[in-house]
Amino acid sequence: MGLARKDLLRMQDMTADEIRLILDTAESMKQVAGRDIKKVPALRGKTLINLFYEASTRTRTSFEIAGKWLSADVINVSTSSSSVAKGESLKDTGLTLQAMHPDIVVLRHPASGAAEFLAKQLAASVINAGDGAHEHPSQALLDLFTIREKKGRLEGLKAAIVGDIAHSRVARSSIHGMRKVGMEVRVAGPRTMLPCFIDRLGVEVFTDLERAIADVDIIMMLRLQLERQQAGLFPSLREYSRLFGLTLPRLKGAKSDVLIMHPGPINRGVEIAPEVADGPYSLILNQVENGVAVRMALLYLLAGAPQAG
Amino acid sequence: MVRGFFYALNLMAAELNEKAQILDQAGIQRAVTRIAHEIVERNKGTNDLVLIGLRSRGVDLARRIAQELKIIDGADIPVGTLDVTLYRDDLGRVGIQPEVRKTEISFSINEKRVVLVDDVLYTGRTIRAALDSLIDLGRPRLIQLAVLVDRGHRELPIRADYVGKNVPTSRQEQVQVLLTEEDGVDGVLIVKG
Repeated sequence: MGLARKDLLRMQDMTADEIRLILDTAESMKQVAGRDIKKVPALRGKTLINLFYEASTRTRTSFEIAGKWLSADVINVSTSSSSVAKGESLKDTGLTLQAMHPDIVVLRHPASGAAEFLAKQLAASVINAGDGAHEHPSQALLDLFTIREKKGRLEGLKAAIVGDIAHSRVARSSIHGMRKVGMEVRVAGPRTMLPCFIDRLGVEVFTDLERAIADVDIIMMLRLQLERQQAGLFPSLREYSRLFGLTLPRLKGAKSDVLIMHPGPINRGVEIAPEVADGPYSLILNQVENGVAVRMALLYLLAGAPQAG
Repeated sequence: MVRGFFYALNLMAAELNEKAQILDQAGIQRAVTRIAHEIVERNKGTNDLVLIGLRSRGVDLARRIAQELKIIDGADIPVGTLDVTLYRDDLGRVGIQPEVRKTEISFSINEKRVVLVDDVLYTGRTIRAALDSLIDLGRPRLIQLAVLVDRGHRELPIRADYVGKNVPTSRQEQVQVLLTEEDGVDGVLIVKG
């Protein structure tokens, strides 16, 4: 029982059984959120450090709440107010933190592979909370949890992931995760935002939004990362929105029970119209709520794992 | 020579694994019925009574007790399910990471008379975890404990209010409770370690 691994770095090397264990555990964790006393003693005496080199509201808060509800001590290190601002390297920051004996370090970093690098330095478990354009596994897991909760199953479902696939760690983690549990995955976006050879991950590629969403069960809209758009990948925001924005009229061509997801934060009126984001099929806030339960499951399964010796 | 040694070892193992049945189906049924009667007597009826079973066989026993209470008193007593994994005191110790399962209690336990139901009472550590867990769910008027088998060897100051059968055991022995709902057959066995 349990995860036979120290770290959670990428969905690419998770097995379907591990994913199932995490989702099942998260289901039990969700019950704690519905109680008056939202705290269980499972991780008493464990220390969780949130080390965030990039801005984040929901992921950091969600890991913090998850840790606190499990009774772990949670410390947030944001880089602007720490020694990182003085030029300390990730390795030295890692070793410094290690000397304080944390049990879990949650890392968000702009460089792909940063979590793996840190995991090799530390005895503590490392959870990748987003490394560059590489992976964001806890987001993929909470998305799978939310889909399973609504649809009652995962296998055989069809999902379309829409937007800037090339720069999206959420897309990469979701593709791996969805494929492993037996879902069909499509990606759609402007050619300039679709990586070469993306089809090798076992996805169907579309450049026409309407065709891509016609018969899918889930539409996952990605945030247009305005901070990464200096490269001129599309002519104008308005054109992107006109071709790849999810609007009510466009949604008419989709299945009547289609579910809409978005990892947030959303650009209202760019990749998703406000009526759609706030509409009945939108799971955006369910995703946030479930994020806490899924992260509780991850913390329990990693920190609660039997220590060798 | 080596083969002979393993043969002897196998014989010993077979002997050690000998099972003795201490309750059969009728015995379990009588114990459940008696516990139900004692609950009604001790609480002077079934007002404000709720049953909470510990996963997983405690839940089956709680349902059976609820059926008996229905026959005795005509009342439908709510039954909830408690999973105490997150409250265990041995998490993270060598070799232990139990699966977390769901707690399902669809009613408020505030001001209720809660009867906690489990199959075997042994060290008392599970019951300690269950008590902590219940207190986090609300403030019951009182909590009582019903178990099918009390096998002794307490490590905490905990006792049961209702006991199906007291069974003196050694720590090397295991008590196996089999219930039709989980195991397809009713019975309580002692397995020598």
